[in-house]
Amino acid sequence: MEVRVVNVRKEFERFPALHDVSLDIRSGELIALLGPSGSGKTTLLRLIAGLERPTKGAIFFGDEDASQKSIQERNVGFVFQHYALFRHMTVADNIGFGLKVRHGAARPSGQEIRRRALELLDLVQLSGLEKRYPAQLSGGQRQRVALARAMAIEPKVLLLDEPFGALDAQVRRELRRWLREIHDRTGHTTVFVTHDQEEALELADRVVVMSQGRIEQVGTADDIYDTPNSPFVYSFIGESSSLPVKVENGEVWIADRPIGLSAPHAPSGEAVLHFRPHDVDLVDGCSGCIAGTVAASRRVAGTRRVELEIGGERQRVEIELPVDHPAAQKSRVAFRPRRWKLFPAT
Amino acid sequence: MTTAPAKAGWRFRQPSVIPGFGLTLGFSLAYLTLIILIPLSGLVWRSAALGWVDFWAIAVDRRTLNALKISFGTAFLAAVVNVVFGTIVAWVLVRYRFPGRRIADAMVDLPFALPTAVAGIALTTLYAPNGWIGQLLMPLGIKVAYTPLGIVVALVFIGLPFVVRTVQPIMEEVDKEVEEAAATLGASRFQIIARVLFPGLAPAIITGFSLAFARGVGEYGSVIFIAGNLPFKSEIAPLLIVIRLEEYNYEAATAIAAIMLALSFVMLLVVNLVQTWSRKRYG
Repeated sequence: MEVRVVNVRKEFERFPALHDVSLDIRSGELIALLGPSGSGKTTLLRLIAGLERPTKGAIFFGDEDASQKSIQERNVGFVFQHYALFRHMTVADNIGFGLKVRHGAARPSGQEIRRRALELLDLVQLSGLEKRYPAQLSGGQRQRVALARAMAIEPKVLLLDEPFGALDAQVRRELRRWLREIHDRTGHTTVFVTHDQEEALELADRVVVMSQGRIEQVGTADDIYDTPNSPFVYSFIGESSSLPVKVENGEVWIADRPIGLSAPHAPSGEAVLHFRPHDVDLVDGCSGCIAGTVAASRRVAGTRRVELEIGGERQRVEIELPVDHPAAQKSRVAFRPRRWKLFPAT
Repeated sequence: MTTAPAKAGWRFRQPSVIPGFGLTLGFSLAYLTLIILIPLSGLVWRSAALGWVDFWAIAVDRRTLNALKISFGTAFLAAVVNVVFGTIVAWVLVRYRFPGRRIADAMVDLPFALPTAVAGIALTTLYAPNGWIGQLLMPLGIKVAYTPLGIVVALVFIGLPFVVRTVQPIMEEVDKEVEEAAATLGASRFQIIARVLFPGLAPAIITGFSLAFARGVGEYGSVIFIAGNLPFKSEIAPLLIVIRLEEYNYEAATAIAAIMLALSFVMLLVVNLVQTWSRKRYG
């Protein structure tokens, strides 16, 4: 089911949580809403579910205006960060709940409900645990049950609110791969919220980066990482360093020296240079480069991260070097970013 | 240690390394013995002096039986009423924010604090045939004061806070997300309450019921004013005990007391077993 969010605005007691957000989600897509806390990602998810009503705008499921429908009628599967399982019901009863509360002819027989529950339990790889109570399961198992419960009603859209947020790192990675598999097998249109960029980039077909109630950028992992379209996305996704610079005649300057980067289309004036710490070339001598004094050097996994102080104002930037690179021993290092982007100074 | 406590039976669970287990356990046992066990065994001892035959004669005496029936019957009815309306009151206090909520919340505790005799006199004035409420009920043929119905009214008043105060904290803990999950799965408001919320609250409601019931069985002060105290009709067991005492018939008084004690103990034990069972299941 295709989902369209059209010019949605949401205010909580006059405090705006979302400003005029529009988003098209294709049928069968796995999409991530990524942003820091307070960016409005959970609000957007809850609006799609019908757990909140938009102040303005509409949400369409296919051609139907879902914003006119109650939560019960929307037929969405929602998975909560803290599972929200019914603790007085067994695992099988939890999964079958959505079918059991249906009315009249829509409700399958008890036997059929049980069969469906066991089938889903098998899908989420928890066969044999149907008689357990939620209190007797681990966090990862509970979240699988919650997902099975949401899928039991054959939802039009599957919505997951930080589904792995309460789990430890190892289980998170495992469940991430597992969710991707389930998605590929069942093909539900799926939207999940996360503040973990690694999770978003690895798992989703497309990532929606949000900040302060607005969508900053929508794209594939490659788009988002390689061509971020705002300083926020640049610094939020992956590692980044930034330096205040000046543009004159299509050349980028730091203080009174050109640094060997040309930006023919950039307007002259103050700007901010962004680059990835690992995307730099070290250069010898300095005519047209960025040079700085080594202020600190740390070993991070397979690389060495060097902090440099640049220019008279001692702006700090980070670059990454191979572990055995001799430059790390030196007191002055000169480099030039391989890939970079200029944004207007704010 | 946490894996198989169920099979351990009568073993001590290893206390934590923080000291104090021996001291606090010893103190608790000594305290409970002094405050509860000694007086109650004194009661049983005293009634045992009566001999089995005399004890049985008092126990099956028609007046005793009627008094016990009225005491336990009215306490049961009042507890049922309190469970229904106390739960609703707790729901409103927990779920909604309205002007005067704090005052309403504080008002719930009044029956705790008020001398029960004052409550009894106030209720009697209201429900007497010429009282404010009594004169409205009179034409309908409903007599409240000086009947068992009056006793129920008094016990409802006395027992309300027990239900509200036990259910309220559990209700506050109910996760909003659980309700939202049920709603996304298609459950109607009624289904959410009946199938999701209520079963979660049941243990607290049972506790509230048993507390209100126990309090009702033992209530004396408020009831004697509104009950009219007609033997066989509206005479409660605690009053009968006082009557026997005033007749210097101590053996009869202690015998009735011992019967009440046994009945109350059995009922609270049953409620506790139900609690343990549900707690074991739902964790």
